[in-house]
Amino acid sequence: MKYLLLIYADERAYETLSEDERHELYAAYDVLMKDLAEKGQSLAGDELAPTSTATTVQVRNGERLITDGPFAETKEQLGGYFLVDVPDLDAAIDIAARIPSVHAGSIEVRPVMD
Amino acid sequence: MPTVAEAVDRAYRDDTGRAVATLIRVTHDFDLAEEAWQEACEQALRTWPQRGVPRDPTAWLFTAARNRAIDRLRRERVGREKTAAAMQIAELEAMGDDMHEIPDDRLRLLFTCCHPSLALDARVALTLRTVAGLTTREIARAFLVPEPTLGQRLTRAKRKIRDAGIPYVVPPREALPDRLDGVRAVVYLVFNEGYEATEGELIRTDLCAEAIRLARLLDHLIPDEPESRGLLALLLLQHARRAARTDDAGDLITLEDQDRSRWDHELIDEGLALVEESASGTYQLQAAIAACHDRAPRPEDTDWAQIASLYDELQRVRPSPVVALNRAVAVAMADGPDAGLRLLDPLADDLDQYHHFHAARADLLRRAGREPEAADAYDRALALVGNDAERRYLERRRAALTT
Repeated sequence: MKYLLLIYADERAYETLSEDERHELYAAYDVLMKDLAEKGQSLAGDELAPTSTATTVQVRNGERLITDGPFAETKEQLGGYFLVDVPDLDAAIDIAARIPSVHAGSIEVRPVMD
Repeated sequence: MPTVAEAVDRAYRDDTGRAVATLIRVTHDFDLAEEAWQEACEQALRTWPQRGVPRDPTAWLFTAARNRAIDRLRRERVGREKTAAAMQIAELEAMGDDMHEIPDDRLRLLFTCCHPSLALDARVALTLRTVAGLTTREIARAFLVPEPTLGQRLTRAKRKIRDAGIPYVVPPREALPDRLDGVRAVVYLVFNEGYEATEGELIRTDLCAEAIRLARLLDHLIPDEPESRGLLALLLLQHARRAARTDDAGDLITLEDQDRSRWDHELIDEGLALVEESASGTYQLQAAIAACHDRAPRPEDTDWAQIASLYDELQRVRPSPVVALNRAVAVAMADGPDAGLRLLDPLADDLDQYHHFHAARADLLRRAGREPEAADAYDRALALVGNDAERRYLERRRAALTT
């Protein structure tokens, strides 16, 4: 099954990280991504630019509504994702628990409909 | 000879979990499995009165259920599902009549029903429905929710199992301790719901008995697991006091005032035999505490010092204000009310909204001869209590004060 692992974390906390801490975080991500690639479990994965760059689009009665910022204002923001292909939810949860941001933020595991 | 209804009832109670667990393993479909088994039981109620109860009712029912499942797989699976269905049909056809020759799949079922990605109330409902074989109506009544609500809860849970890909497996060794804890938590919750209903009638025996059945099953399926054994012991030792816990009016009787001859000594013996001297897990420790009470022929024979030291250990393993409260009460019983009150006072911040805290404090103040303060504490407890029987009990204690 395919699962989208949505990485939610506090952007502002991320911005306060020191150079070294940031470096450490990326290194941890590299280890995980390499491992997923070797096992053929990763279909895609990216870090997103911060929500300050986000634009929300709606069309209502044929009219385009464009607003600045993310769809929902929340304490933790969507900062990245993995798309993985694994046998079941337990395997997806195991990967989610290894995503470095899981220690400060939250990972939402969503099955992709086939 | 049992009547047809009795024979079907017995098979339903004893065999539902095992039959449904195997049908789910093969078909990956909770609804199909449950309905096939249900239909087999209905078929038995229709045909056994004429033909008589078969020599092996379980084998008859399991064969009928397999046939119903095969029919439905043939009829309902379309398109690319057909290939999978053909393999499932072949596996169902190859099974012998004797269900007990097939490996027991109930452990998978239990772990799936208690999967942490399901909401807790869904885990409880699903476990009682599929593992224990209770009807939706029985579960709804036990939890005081409308039947359609409970039905929706079950439907949503089954849909999530399917759509989110919750696996139908016994977790691997490294995940087992955590997941087993989760299963035990569900069983314990079922028991507590029966033991201390939050509103209305105090003891709902059926849920307690179901929880004990589940605890026995868990101890049977994964033997020699100290905490599972501790859980079973704890439930037995608490359930043993059920007849003495309330009076004819349904009012609560405290441990101190219970008629101990009404305790179920068969259950106590069974529970005591399961209690480990070197208890270390939370269920084992609670079982050891319950054992101290159940061993005492009279209240004054209770080994309160031992209970206090078990609560010490429990507080070390899993610290909580409620454990600290119970420890304070045990210390009061061992060393006098003033010693207990000294331990209670620092807990006020955490437990101010908890009626047991104020009730315990009231009792110790009463024992210490500080009646006006005891009256105030009873009033606080009464303002917070939700259970009718406990309310009446507190009102009686409040009224018994001389001031």
